[in-house]
Amino acid sequence: MILIYLIVILLAGAFLAWLAGNWSAVLPRVISLVALGIDLTLLVLILFQTTTFNTKWLIDIQSNWIPQFGIGLHLALDGLSLLMLLLTFFLGIIAVIISWKEINSKVGFFHFNLLLILAGIIGVFISLDLFLFYFFWELMLVPMYFLIGIWGHENRTKASYKFFLYTQASGLLMFISILALYFVHGDSTGIYTFDYNQLLGTQMSPTTAMLIMSGFLAAFLVKLPVVPLHNWLPDAHSEAPTAGSLILAALLLKTGAYGLLRFVVPLFPSATQSFAPIGMALGVLGILYGAKLAFAQTDLKRLIAYTSVSHMGFVMLGIFSFNELAYQGVVMQMIAHGISTGALFIMAGQLSERIHTRDINQMGGLWEKAPFMGAIGLIFAMASLGLPGLGNFIAELLILIGAFKVNVLMSVLACVGLIAATLYSLRILQKVFFGKKNTDWKMNDLSIREKVVSVSLVIIIVVLGLFPQPVFDVAKPSLLKTLERTKSQESGNKTFIMTQPINQSTN
Amino acid sequence: MTNLIVLIPALPLLSFLILVLFGGKLSRKVAGWIGAGSIGVAALLTIIVGISFIKSLPETKSYSVVIWQWLHVGNLTANIAFRLDSLSLVFIFVITFVGFLIHIYSIGFMANDEGFTRFFAYMNLFVSSMLILVLADNILLMYLGWEGVGLCSYLLIGFLYKEPANGAAARKAFIITRIGDTAMIIGIFILFLSFGTFNIQDIMHLASAKWAIGSSLAVITAALLLGGALGKSAQLPLQTWLPDAMAGPSPVSALIHAATMVTAGVYLIARTNVLFSLAPIVQTIIAIIGALTLLIAGFSALAQHDLKRILAYSTISQIGYMFLALGVGAYSAAIFHFMIHAFFKALLFLAAGVVILVLNEEHDIFKMGGLRKRMPVVFWTFLIGSASLSALPLITADFYSKDAILWFAFSSNSGGMVLWFAGIIGAFLTALYSFRMIFITFFGEAKTEPTFNAGKLMTVPLIILATLSVIGGFIELPTSMGNFHLFSNLVNNTLPNIAIKNVEQLEWLFQLISALIASIGIYLAYRFYFKKPAYIEAFNHSRLNHFFEKGFGFDKVYDVLFVKPIVWLAEIDKKDIFDQLNISISRLAIWGNHFLSIAQNGKLRWYLLSFAIGIAFILTLMLTK
Repeated sequence: MILIYLIVILLAGAFLAWLAGNWSAVLPRVISLVALGIDLTLLVLILFQTTTFNTKWLIDIQSNWIPQFGIGLHLALDGLSLLMLLLTFFLGIIAVIISWKEINSKVGFFHFNLLLILAGIIGVFISLDLFLFYFFWELMLVPMYFLIGIWGHENRTKASYKFFLYTQASGLLMFISILALYFVHGDSTGIYTFDYNQLLGTQMSPTTAMLIMSGFLAAFLVKLPVVPLHNWLPDAHSEAPTAGSLILAALLLKTGAYGLLRFVVPLFPSATQSFAPIGMALGVLGILYGAKLAFAQTDLKRLIAYTSVSHMGFVMLGIFSFNELAYQGVVMQMIAHGISTGALFIMAGQLSERIHTRDINQMGGLWEKAPFMGAIGLIFAMASLGLPGLGNFIAELLILIGAFKVNVLMSVLACVGLIAATLYSLRILQKVFFGKKNTDWKMNDLSIREKVVSVSLVIIIVVLGLFPQPVFDVAKPSLLKTLERTKSQESGNKTFIMTQPINQSTN
Repeated sequence: MTNLIVLIPALPLLSFLILVLFGGKLSRKVAGWIGAGSIGVAALLTIIVGISFIKSLPETKSYSVVIWQWLHVGNLTANIAFRLDSLSLVFIFVITFVGFLIHIYSIGFMANDEGFTRFFAYMNLFVSSMLILVLADNILLMYLGWEGVGLCSYLLIGFLYKEPANGAAARKAFIITRIGDTAMIIGIFILFLSFGTFNIQDIMHLASAKWAIGSSLAVITAALLLGGALGKSAQLPLQTWLPDAMAGPSPVSALIHAATMVTAGVYLIARTNVLFSLAPIVQTIIAIIGALTLLIAGFSALAQHDLKRILAYSTISQIGYMFLALGVGAYSAAIFHFMIHAFFKALLFLAAGVVILVLNEEHDIFKMGGLRKRMPVVFWTFLIGSASLSALPLITADFYSKDAILWFAFSSNSGGMVLWFAGIIGAFLTALYSFRMIFITFFGEAKTEPTFNAGKLMTVPLIILATLSVIGGFIELPTSMGNFHLFSNLVNNTLPNIAIKNVEQLEWLFQLISALIASIGIYLAYRFYFKKPAYIEAFNHSRLNHFFEKGFGFDKVYDVLFVKPIVWLAEIDKKDIFDQLNISISRLAIWGNHFLSIAQNGKLRWYLLSFAIGIAFILTLMLTK
């Protein structure tokens, strides 16, 4: 039941916050904090009560919803979803804190939308019924559309349309695929159901599998995003309010990665393997092309948005490498990118609150005014370029080694992305904090509230870099479970794996 | 005893954290002494650990200590673990001891800088990362140190951040070294996937067991690791960042860009020497790169006007000697030269720092002159440093270290006449440019007046380093004169012995030649730059000299080949071609809307006309059937 509580608390908090917004601006913030705090506490309790992560599901609840159509209320938690929930609640709290001073109009409705998005994200991470999953997937969409469209920056309307159209169109393709899978499974077994566990291992011809998979891929690759489906992202990220950018980059993108790991790979093991070379190539394309675009941007938030495209390329590369190293790297990348890019968006928000511009050509020399902010920016720019000792390095290292095992060329090309990341990360630092002051802004360094947020993010990224093992231990069983499904298919479909030059020449 | 090793990098790290967290609340005095003191204690610990290590050499010839398990995924395991052997002992000694002197000097040098605590924080983080680099027992942790020193180098080159040129120099250093590092990490992937471990000792054992000499994988891996070494150690073709790196304050140049970080490449190759012996062709390339680099940098040093840039090119050139030694398998000679070079080059940079500071940031040696009498301590120590750099026979330490390299460049099984000849030309150039500095800076008429006298905090480290630049050489004397091998006996516990041709009786002849060449170089420097004949003045304005001054035009070539195309590529596609596709879809929709709305204009005769055309069209179709 606890999984339902997690969502219900958020939904209740959302409506309460909206209601409370009529009387006070502080109340919705407090309500949101309390709701997220309770959820986080519950989750931490689960974490500490769990003695072993080596079970199939830590929590698994199932009841009927619309039995006539085989739709159930099936929620389950395993290591992977547990990590994602932790990230969601933690960053949700951060999102409320950073909006404390930034959002001053329609405060109640803002927090209503915020909590609703988070509830949708939570639902996505724990649904094991495809219909329910789709419900939560859509639930994330509308409030995010409002968040961008109401509280965004000057070009918010266009950005929110773009976001909505991309996500909605790709979501519909996924819905068609879900229905197709439902009928294919029903026709072959006689059981019409949306239940994940039952749909696993559905027999279908390679062409059918490929077609159905592409619907899922459409939704997840748009969300991740993968070049060339990424164009909603720079607009949405740069026009959204800070909390919106944070949630988009740190959490919403992760639902795409999660969808690939939880649904695409296990449901279509052999189809994904035939798709692997293209998937890896798309990943590398994203890494390099995203970095190249990031290097050219002058709008700070847009720049950071493109770095996300680049970093998510690593996720794509890792997922289609199908081995434990790469998968652990993917999970670590999801968390580390959430923290580090989130922190950069927060910094961009703090800057534009102070100097009312996102144009880096008008910044410069800000270290003198705000050394604390500069130090934070330095740390997260380093995280972004993959400096060892920070979480992102561990993630990218594991993904690159995992990919190297499978496809040397792709991994080496992705390594070039490390150099590209150096170019854009150092450019951020130079343009914002170092060099000459292009405008003599009057600005303060971080307030206590902002320092608490930034320092907590720094601590997490360092801990992830130096003591990453707990994350691996929690995620391991879920990842092995996913990989297990691809292994069983592998014997019949071996051609996708490039021969390993390493092992051959050692003999 | 082994646990003390952990404290050696931990202390500077701790003091870094203290300075970062409480730096604002500490007075400069306290901050400076925390920063320098932590390195001092680390140096003391190094001496204690070192003595006990040498006294009772463990059977494995190393101490190891695991601190915690860093990551364990599938079959991939990496620990935060240190390993001390005689090679890392030499390095940690130089890092902590020379580092301590430079920190003391910095308290005086940076006294009036507004970023005083920030400076010491960065310096401490650097020392800690550098110690991790050389103490790491696995190559992944070593990479952590490797990138850490790169970060600190970046931060310290750009320390005076308000000047955009410093930022550009800092980024250049970071980016060029990162190119090498990326090659190196790919090499690390291959090592891990081939042997299933990151532990350096295990990799070396497995490599010599599993890989044949000259096998393609060994060659590729060695070449990739070499890439990392070339970047960090500023060797051809990745040398261009180091002269610009002089934008950092002088103590930074002394510590990072002379004594320690830039020799990380030497350390890497010495540490993984087994791999290079499996890839003889790569090892030959190292020797050739070393020889070419030492020549190119030597010529470039000869044409510089900026005192620190002369020293920078000199550093590139001297590391070229170390690479030459590594390339011919003379590992202990390379490491010996590293240590001696750390002493005298740190000395030269620190002394140059004093000169520049008291002359109000004047870098151009042609605007100096006559400083001999104004600042005697600096003059004498600088003279000793330059004499050592020029390998003045018998009395300076560098004579013994460079002489060993020159001798092995010829006598090693993989050496030969050509390599030796490059080295000897380089030695001549070294003597020439060293004393060019001396004569132009300290002799002649005074052109700029010193504004104040350097305090003891700055001069005492100079004196200590000058002493070491002289006596440091006596711990390793050639077979032909003294035959005393304290140093090589120590490091040969870790590094392989060199195999030499049967020409031992010729050693004295080669020593004589190199002694002669150094002396001629110094004499010619006196002729050219003290007497200042007209033809030297003419040469100074020649194109060739300009070519030398610009470091053989590498920057320009790279600018055309890499920088401009990348910037161009970024600029033309700033708006993202895929987004333009998007926009054209929406434009198409709008256009379609306009097109169709023309038809719906409410004019009855248009509707009738189109009806008629439609009917006519359908009728024609039906009738012609």
